[in-house]
Amino acid sequence: MPTIRVQTEDFDLGAALTAITAGQPQVGGVGSFVGLVRQEPGLVSLTIEHYPGMTEKSLGRIAETAISRFELIDVTLIHRVGTLLPGDPIVLVLAAASHRKAALAATEFLIDWLKTDAPFWKKEQFAASERWVEARHSDEAAKRRWEQKGRLLF
Amino acid sequence: MTIRAATSGELATVHVLYFAAAREKIGLAEEAIELLPALGTLGALRAYLALRHPILAEPAIRGAVNQEFAGPDKRIAAGDEIAFFPPTTGG
Repeated sequence: MPTIRVQTEDFDLGAALTAITAGQPQVGGVGSFVGLVRQEPGLVSLTIEHYPGMTEKSLGRIAETAISRFELIDVTLIHRVGTLLPGDPIVLVLAAASHRKAALAATEFLIDWLKTDAPFWKKEQFAASERWVEARHSDEAAKRRWEQKGRLLF
Repeated sequence: MTIRAATSGELATVHVLYFAAAREKIGLAEEAIELLPALGTLGALRAYLALRHPILAEPAIRGAVNQEFAGPDKRIAAGDEIAFFPPTTGG
């Protein structure tokens, strides 16, 4: 059962790692990704909005897709919302598998899909202005790469 | 198409949510829309709402029905939760 959390609070990477491996002796490797608020010049804070209900649903679906495609043992996805500061962690992706290839490839897959298919929106606050972060074409392209790969990991 | 009212005498409506820049442009987080006979698909509803909320005409805006991404041909019914929002920027 994937662990999916959408929360304002910070997360503990060590605790999440312990949790995903607990009682799972077959786990040989856990891939991980932590996304942070980039320290852009003049950035005061970042506010992350989401669609309550759909966020958890879409993260769950992304996790199940990865578990099936990469034959993972488990997945943890934690995404923060609310107002964060430069340097703060935003998102945690963990993918537990028997072997490293699946764990690492799945981690990249999960963050690529999360970027395009999970209903979060970021807004940057500066001293005298604010602006919504624009979605990037490179994010869509990253997601499409996985669709072309089919069952192959590489 | 069939319009199913929640109870007799009540309007058949859908609940429409707006997020992020779409919400700011429109000035509303949500509204209840009466499901007129012509509004049988997400695309028809979107075109109808775009008359008063022009941002909905922008092709990049995405739609969801009952918390799942949906395209213009998706059938909608009374009681559905509809959402419109810009491309996502999570992660």
